[in-house]
Amino acid sequence: MSATLVSNEALRWPAEGVTRVPYRVFADPEIYAQEQQRIFRGPVWNFLCLETEIPQPGDIRLAAIGETPIIVTRDETGAVNAMVNRCAHRGALVCLKERDHAAALTCAYHSWSYDLRGQLQSVAFRRGLRGQGGMPADFDPARHRLEPVRVESFCGLVFGTFSPDTPPVETYLGPMTAGLVRRALGRPYRLIGMHSQMLHNNWKLYAENLRDSYHASLLHTFYTAFKINRVDMDGGMLLSDDGRHSVSYSKRATLQEGEELERMRAAQYGSDLNGPQLLETFDEWPDGITHAIQAIFPTLGVQFTLNSIAVRFFTPRGLDETELFWMYLGREDDDPHQAGMRALQGNLTGAAGLVSLEDGCINEFVQRGTRGSPDHAAIVEMGGREVGSSQSSRATETGIRGFWQAYRQLMEL
Amino acid sequence: MSAIPLDPELRGRIEDFLTEAALAVDDGEFARWPRFFTEDSFYQIIPRASFEAGHTVGIMTCRGRGMMQDRVEALQSANIYEPHNYCHILARPVLRREDDGAIAARTNFALYRTIAGGNTELFAAGKYLDRIVRDGDELRLQSRRVVLESRRVDILVVLPI
Repeated sequence: MSATLVSNEALRWPAEGVTRVPYRVFADPEIYAQEQQRIFRGPVWNFLCLETEIPQPGDIRLAAIGETPIIVTRDETGAVNAMVNRCAHRGALVCLKERDHAAALTCAYHSWSYDLRGQLQSVAFRRGLRGQGGMPADFDPARHRLEPVRVESFCGLVFGTFSPDTPPVETYLGPMTAGLVRRALGRPYRLIGMHSQMLHNNWKLYAENLRDSYHASLLHTFYTAFKINRVDMDGGMLLSDDGRHSVSYSKRATLQEGEELERMRAAQYGSDLNGPQLLETFDEWPDGITHAIQAIFPTLGVQFTLNSIAVRFFTPRGLDETELFWMYLGREDDDPHQAGMRALQGNLTGAAGLVSLEDGCINEFVQRGTRGSPDHAAIVEMGGREVGSSQSSRATETGIRGFWQAYRQLMEL
Repeated sequence: MSAIPLDPELRGRIEDFLTEAALAVDDGEFARWPRFFTEDSFYQIIPRASFEAGHTVGIMTCRGRGMMQDRVEALQSANIYEPHNYCHILARPVLRREDDGAIAARTNFALYRTIAGGNTELFAAGKYLDRIVRDGDELRLQSRRVVLESRRVDILVVLPI
């Protein structure tokens, strides 16, 4: 890779460092192009799909790394493979269906055919027709394949990276992030819902939003408007050692024992709701954490909201277009009542989420608000100027500062 | 679903009912919307791919009229979004009488959304899969699955479809 550095003329990062974010980073096509190389093809793990989506050999799932289209397969040996969805011949998409099942991957344009690992197997008319034409005699299919992507799974999440330098996923996540992913996804689960929404903003505005525990109770007023009496407001914002991943969490009030705890639980979601079954829950998390949103660099979120378990991830679709995906998970052993509670709690998040739908437009408001102001900068000082965990309060922007710290390192900005 | 001829008067009544339910939302009369449903009704907006895969989580799910009332209150007092209007275009419903007397209806629709100050754009297309019952003198929806052709929605969904 021989990409040139973003020139100093294009972007001069303010001297205040990660407490300032110049608006140019959300609107500059040169920076956007550089991100495709330095972030998405750089030493990061990109979420591709769930292993449970491709359970059988021959199962195929399409994904993306940045703007690059990706094929994920399970081959005859049961191994998961990923490769760029770009024919080695003339660059056409090889696979077209988001989910498919096939013994081989065949490009529709000229029938070049690949095995499930992406190795070229056959070329139509390679020897020509009736002795005429064909590929040159020294053309060797063994020397051509779909561009490979390294893959690794962790708790059923399939990650891909282009870089040989990316450390193993668990090392990349760090112990805190890996531990919380294992807590949420360490037991067998299956996909119970999926949709996406188009956001009309740069992908990094959503990356900030996902790490922004300061805005939660201010922008998303559903809980307060319905007087939902949450006693689980204790919480904080924890960052991985390198600051790039974070978790915002809340937990039940601690130090309650026996009868008092039961009474608290019964009253926990007393509210003005006409349909209080929305918040009917079952005990699933012995440590008392009721809400947790994990942000995993660059574009993955793993969350649980009461009993609603979801993986959300976002994909840049252009400088100011981002597709945000929501995948909802249930346990293999859920009984019908538990499955019903997860289905209703799914109302809290997603494109129509009672406590999340505002995120569909708020980042666009920033995109529009900062138009024409590339040399102005956002102030990111809530909770201090440092990158580090905030044990006592979620009114902090430390997760956002952690994102920009990692971003600047990779972009050499 | 194969259509079985229904008494034309009943068909007319059902068509009026389905149209009224859509117009209540188009006209911003959101408080009227839950009243088109029975007390114990089920309402879900779900992408076609999820519907066909048997997923239980959609984009919006209400079990009982109370949850619909909460949605209406939330969109009027809690949720934040740019003001917008809907314009539903309904196709002629295909109707079938169920063994228990309820009417199963499938109605294709196109839904245009106009965000204040913006263009009118196609926001969704799909089908209503309804179960309609008599409730006293009224017709009501006992269940409505709003099956969207696409799993991708633009920006957000806050008004019922």
